[in-house]
Amino acid sequence: MLPTPSTSHVNYDRVYEPAEDSYLLLDTLSASPETTFLHNHLPPSTPTPLVLEVGTGSGVVLAFLAANARHIFGRSDIATLGTDVNNYACKATTRTVNLAITGPKSGEAAVFCGTLDGDLTSPLRPNVVDVLIFNPPYVPTEALPDSNSAEEAVDRSNLSPNEAFERDSRLLALSYAGGIDGMETTNRLLEQLPVTLSDRGVAYILLCAQNRPEAVKDRIRLWPGGWSAETVGSSGKQAGWEKLSILRIWRP
Amino acid sequence: MKLLTLNFLTCARKTCKSAPAAFPLHPKEAELEQVETDLNALFITNMLPRLDWEAMKILTTELGLPALPTETPAPEALLADDGAPSQVLRDLHVLLMETSIASGRLECGSCGHGYAVKEGIANFLLPSHMV
Repeated sequence: MLPTPSTSHVNYDRVYEPAEDSYLLLDTLSASPETTFLHNHLPPSTPTPLVLEVGTGSGVVLAFLAANARHIFGRSDIATLGTDVNNYACKATTRTVNLAITGPKSGEAAVFCGTLDGDLTSPLRPNVVDVLIFNPPYVPTEALPDSNSAEEAVDRSNLSPNEAFERDSRLLALSYAGGIDGMETTNRLLEQLPVTLSDRGVAYILLCAQNRPEAVKDRIRLWPGGWSAETVGSSGKQAGWEKLSILRIWRP
Repeated sequence: MKLLTLNFLTCARKTCKSAPAAFPLHPKEAELEQVETDLNALFITNMLPRLDWEAMKILTTELGLPALPTETPAPEALLADDGAPSQVLRDLHVLLMETSIASGRLECGSCGHGYAVKEGIANFLLPSHMV
């Protein structure tokens, strides 16, 4: 078992706390089917891969990938980068990753470029991302929270306790509220994949049962350019309402 | 944010995505920070083919950093005769891996929008009328 990065410094009143979905990503990406796939897909002599996590939250997933780069990707010349719409999450991620990659095993670790405060992949140049990870806001909700109002509030000092509580609630809602079918944000990310991913790019996206992962896979397979989508990890097989699965999306 | 990151970034506005002038973003009033890190020769060697050398030269000029060679160095130029990291590789390490932007802003050469950098984190969120 590879150690889970420490996130004890993170304030979970305003940043998503690592949960079953985060751990499913860690387990899936560090187990042999996926590590074998990644080792073969990104051979050691090829240019340094760029790994992007979208919506890093506490940073636990990105820190895990960075700290265990050699185990997961078969090479430690890996560049890692994160984005999140929540500025507190960006700061938390930067700290979590830096803590995880320094220390006695730093020779195994990837290079951490930084965390960007941004919407999904919007700051990235086209065709640069080789591995993209997304644990989206997947819970079906009536409406999506307004990300702008949450961000504007971050910049205001001297919030009353009530205003601060409402801001924090909005920031947390951004991490789970997925709108119709829980897919509104994920659909926007899926639209960006063909542009953001490099030719060898592969995306791992976590979905819950209500997102209807089989229908999502069918849709991706119809994209022009020969895309594949497979379920490579799952949990909660007891017909729980939040059965989770991880899709791998790539062009073979 | 490591300077290397700018190799992968562009303006967040949809209308700028295909505009050549939107890359690289131009650091303005940038406060730089040097953070010593272990030399990872393999990382630099394998990053070289995907570095936009012209963009890196623009950045070093704009930031007042030591000038880069005119052309992308050949892979052989990264190792000295004894197999140790060459000065070229060490210079690239200092520039890409140890130099970070702590604060300032990143300006798009196409639309002129500036993205603020605070505490090493660049803010690419746009007001809804600019998305």
